[in-house]
Amino acid sequence: MTNFSRRKLITGGLAATAGVSGLAAAALAAQRYGLIPPDHGGVWGPGETLTYAAQRLLTTHSPAREFPRSMISKMPFANETPPANDAFKHHQASGFSDWRLAVDGMVARPASLSLSDLRSLPFRSQITEVACEEGWSYIAEWIGTPLVEVLHATGLLPQARYLVYFSIDPGWWESIDLADALHPQTLLTLGMNEGDLPVSFGGPLRLRVPRQLGYKSVKYITRITATDSLKGFGKGLGSASPEDGYAWYAGI
Amino acid sequence: MSATSTLRKPETLRHSAVVRVTHWITVIAFLALLVSGGEIVVSHPRFYWGEVGNVMTKPLFTLPIPSSRHTVPTGYGYVLPDQNGWSRYLHFQAAWAAVLTGLVYVIWSLANGHIRQDLFPVPADRKWRAFQEVFTRSLRRAPTEQAAARSYNVVQQTTYLMVIFVLFPLVIWTGLAMSPAFTSAVPLAASALGGRQSARTLHFLVSGLLVVFLVVHVAMVVVAGRMRAMITGRVVVAKERT
Repeated sequence: MTNFSRRKLITGGLAATAGVSGLAAAALAAQRYGLIPPDHGGVWGPGETLTYAAQRLLTTHSPAREFPRSMISKMPFANETPPANDAFKHHQASGFSDWRLAVDGMVARPASLSLSDLRSLPFRSQITEVACEEGWSYIAEWIGTPLVEVLHATGLLPQARYLVYFSIDPGWWESIDLADALHPQTLLTLGMNEGDLPVSFGGPLRLRVPRQLGYKSVKYITRITATDSLKGFGKGLGSASPEDGYAWYAGI
Repeated sequence: MSATSTLRKPETLRHSAVVRVTHWITVIAFLALLVSGGEIVVSHPRFYWGEVGNVMTKPLFTLPIPSSRHTVPTGYGYVLPDQNGWSRYLHFQAAWAAVLTGLVYVIWSLANGHIRQDLFPVPADRKWRAFQEVFTRSLRRAPTEQAAARSYNVVQQTTYLMVIFVLFPLVIWTGLAMSPAFTSAVPLAASALGGRQSARTLHFLVSGLLVVFLVVHVAMVVVAGRMRAMITGRVVVAKERT
C-alpha cells in the first residue's frame, strides 16, 4: 500500500481524535441540557437521541400550529373505545362528578383536584390538530386548564425534570419533559368544540400535548407526578410506549 | 474485451472512495427507509389532500392493501399485525443516516468540484439533441465511448442532479412537514405544501419516484456492467470497436 503517507496518517489521526473528543463533548453537553431521551439505550438510541436533541434545540418554546375556526373538522375521528374497567364505568354513571386529578411527586403542595377545581384555574382554548402516528389527523378546538397553571398552583419544585401522567386505564401512562410540561398549549382538556370533552375523545379529562403525536395525549387522566428521574417508573424507559416498542418522544 | 487489452489499458479510477462509501451507506439507509415506510403506510393506506384526513373523510386515493388497524375500512376481512413501533424507530434512524451521509457527500462534492466537473453537463450537452444522442446510442447498442468510462453522459448527469438536489430534499421536507414539533418551529414547512396530509401524500409520491429511479438505475448499472466500479472504484477501459 503506497497510498499511506505520513501526512495522511497525521491528518487522519488528528481528525479521528477531534471526532472522538467532539462526540464526548457533545454527549456531556446533551446530558447537561437534557437532550437525551429516556429510551436512548439499544439499537435505536442514536436515531432517537438525534431526533429528540435536534427538535428540543429547535422547539423549546415554539407554539404548535393553530387554525381558524373554519378548519375545525366536522367529523373528527375518536379512534379509541372507552376503558372497560369498573372504576371508569362507575364514574361515567355518576356523570364524572367524583373525578379527581392527583398532583404529587416533586411539588410543594400535592393536591387532589376535582374537575371544578380545574375550571376555577385560568382557562384557555386552542384550535390544534391531532396527528396520529398512523398518519391520519383532525382539527378540533380544545378547552381546558394549561398544565403549567396546575404546576404553578401546586408549586413545582426546581429539581423536577419530567411530568409523568396516568390514565384510569391501567397500563396507559406517558411522560413529558419540562419544555412540553410548561408549554402554554399543553392543556388539561375538559372541553372540545364548545361542549364537554366526549368520552370517546378522552373525556372527562385528557392531557393534550399538541407538539407531539396523538399517543402522548393520554385520555382519562387521574394522576400527574413530577419527578427528576424516570428510572422508577415502569421499566425506566419513560413511559408505556417504549415498553410496547414505540418511541418515548413523539414530536415526529 | 481481451486479456491483452486489459493489460495494455490499466484500470481507471471512476469513483472516489468518498463517493463509494457515501453511496453504499445511502443504499442501506434508503432500503431501510423503504421497508419501514411501507410498513408504516400499512397502518393507514389512505391518502388525503389538505391539512386533515382520517377514515371519516374522503381520501384522494387508497392503496388496495389490507391494514394493520381494525379502524381502517379496507374490504379485507383481516387485520395485519402492528409493526409501527420498530418501523418508526428504524425510519428515523435511517433518515438520520441518509441525511448526514448526504451532507458529507454534498459538502465534499461541492468543495472538490465533483459536482461542477462530473455532474454538471458541459455547455455542449445542455440541449435536447444531446439527450437524444444518449438514447439513440443506447438503443443501437453502440459500445460506450472511451471517455464515458470515466465520466457520466448527460442523461445520467441530469438524473443524478435531480435525485440529489430535488427528490432527496423534497422527501426530507415532506417528511419533516409531518412532524408536529418541527412545524411548530417552521409552520411554513407544512402550510407551503397545502397542509399536513398533502405533505404525507407528497412524501409517498416522491418516495415512489425514488423507487422508480432505484429500479432503472440498478437495471442500467447491470446492463452496463458497472456494479464493480461502485465497489472497487475502478473500471477497465475497453478499446472502442469502430
